Amino acid sequence: MTHSPVFRVVRALLLLAFAAYFFVPLLAMFDFSTQVRGSAPGRTWDNWAFMVTDEDLRSSIVASLLLALFTVVLMVALLVPTMVWVRLRVPRAKKLIEFLCLLPLTIPALVIVVGITNVYSWVTYLLGDDALVLTFAYVVLVLPYSFRAVDASLSAVDAATLSEAARSLGAGWFTVIVRIIMPNITGGILGAAFIAVALVLGEYVFASLLHFDTLPVAMAALYKTNGPAAMAAALASMILVAVLLVGLTFLSRDRHKQGASS
Amino acid sequence: MGRPARGHRRAGHPDRRADGDRRGVPRGELVQGHPLSTTTSGSPGRRSAVGPALPLLPFLLFVLVFLVVPTLTVVVGAFQDEDGRFTLGNLDALTSEAALSALRGSLVLSASTALIGAVLGALLAYLIVSMPPSSLMRRATLAVSGVLAQFGGVVLAFAWIATIGPVGVMTKAAADLFGADLYGSGWLFGLPGLVVVYAYFQIPLMVIVFAPAFEGLRPQWREAAVNLGASTWSYWRHVALPLLTPAFLGALLLLFANAFAAYATAAVLVSQGQPIVPLMIRQAITSEVLLGQANVGFALALEMIVVVTLVMVAYNLLLRRTSRWMR
Repeated sequence: MTHSPVFRVVRALLLLAFAAYFFVPLLAMFDFSTQVRGSAPGRTWDNWAFMVTDEDLRSSIVASLLLALFTVVLMVALLVPTMVWVRLRVPRAKKLIEFLCLLPLTIPALVIVVGITNVYSWVTYLLGDDALVLTFAYVVLVLPYSFRAVDASLSAVDAATLSEAARSLGAGWFTVIVRIIMPNITGGILGAAFIAVALVLGEYVFASLLHFDTLPVAMAALYKTNGPAAMAAALASMILVAVLLVGLTFLSRDRHKQGASS
Repeated sequence: MGRPARGHRRAGHPDRRADGDRRGVPRGELVQGHPLSTTTSGSPGRRSAVGPALPLLPFLLFVLVFLVVPTLTVVVGAFQDEDGRFTLGNLDALTSEAALSALRGSLVLSASTALIGAVLGALLAYLIVSMPPSSLMRRATLAVSGVLAQFGGVVLAFAWIATIGPVGVMTKAAADLFGADLYGSGWLFGLPGLVVVYAYFQIPLMVIVFAPAFEGLRPQWREAAVNLGASTWSYWRHVALPLLTPAFLGALLLLFANAFAAYATAAVLVSQGQPIVPLMIRQAITSEVLLGQANVGFALALEMIVVVTLVMVAYNLLLRRTSRWMR
């Protein structure tokens, strides 16, 4: 389809307007975080260095990164074998598992936090008061996105044939899942992992209301005393997440044609 | 070895139909009919339903503890007082002036940002789709939309404070250039501010939800309309718009639910008052002054579940209608 020159000009102008709306706040955040406070105008990277030098902020960054790692590991360990097993052995449970995985989309995270307090008093009683216990709540949070990513890539391989071949050569179910199926759906698992990391690094609802010091909670607290440093940390986490998500779109582009989206 | 043979014997198991309609290959039946334990192998066609489902237990237990139990706690707690007795008193709290105004605020915020996001997002989606599929600009814009739709919470609140907050970049620029007071009396930290900020993730979400609907409009339909003498306007009026309407309404509902459930951005931005339901829930569950507020928090949370569930059910119904055309 060809378009008239007028349409092209209007399109370019409108795209510029959208770009301004979306990028000005990000640039403003950058500007804010590198400004020298006080009389002399200038630029400084001190607020960015604050992430490394400040004890509290650094420990919250470490906590968030560890949480992201643990969430991915637990999510993969819990979800992938279950989904493979459902596909191969109990297809009757497919609807149930799908329903449960997509349920967190319908129940707002805030509602889960309100109800999870009792569960968490047990979790912290058994496992201690470390922020890493948030892993359990975060696995629930990332479940819908992980499910879709894994389900799409699992549909693209003939899991039944693969496992049958492996089984008839004497492989156990553990070998089938870990060494046959999982290498074949690496793309889906990676996609699920990326989006899980992105969600965990930005998650504020659970952490703030259950009183754990993760990066977003520390940033919100830091903002009250040192705004520019909080902005720097926020922008850094945003860039990391953006890189992960853009990487994800490149990963999934190959599968795009098979209609495995949604 | 020998397992496929044993599986074959069970090929008549009723299960195979459920499996067959998706994979459609008889091979699946061999694996699927294969019994987990030998204890049931003596009764072909009537195997215990529990055995093969056992490996699902860890997952089911996990979801039960961390998703189902919390949700049920909210639903049951909404009808209990502090001592666990049945009461409708918490629901009465929902009709208080403060709760009603929070609900109104949430509905206004969700509806307005859904509408703004849907209209502007559809416009942006059309601009993107009108570019050739191979163009770098088109791919980049879609990728950026995917990122920005996920972008919310603390970082987004900061970004807008840095832009039009009291000492924001735009606030200062507007004051220096035009002498205008962009910050006003702190509108950014109330409901109007939330509308501007929420639109930031609603528009890109609309783009990624709605762009496939535009892509689903087949050129042949346009050619057919033109062949029959239709102008561009009548093509849009009688063919494209009616086809896009269900998808648009569905996306509108999705955006509404998205805004209704959002919490973090508002929590960082708004520290005074409870203009929306999520912030009122925060007050109910973090309040150390007012005891017995926990159950009111449950009631408010139940209110959120009800609203979001209604919206999502309507969304799924619309989606089913839309998917008929978008193949």
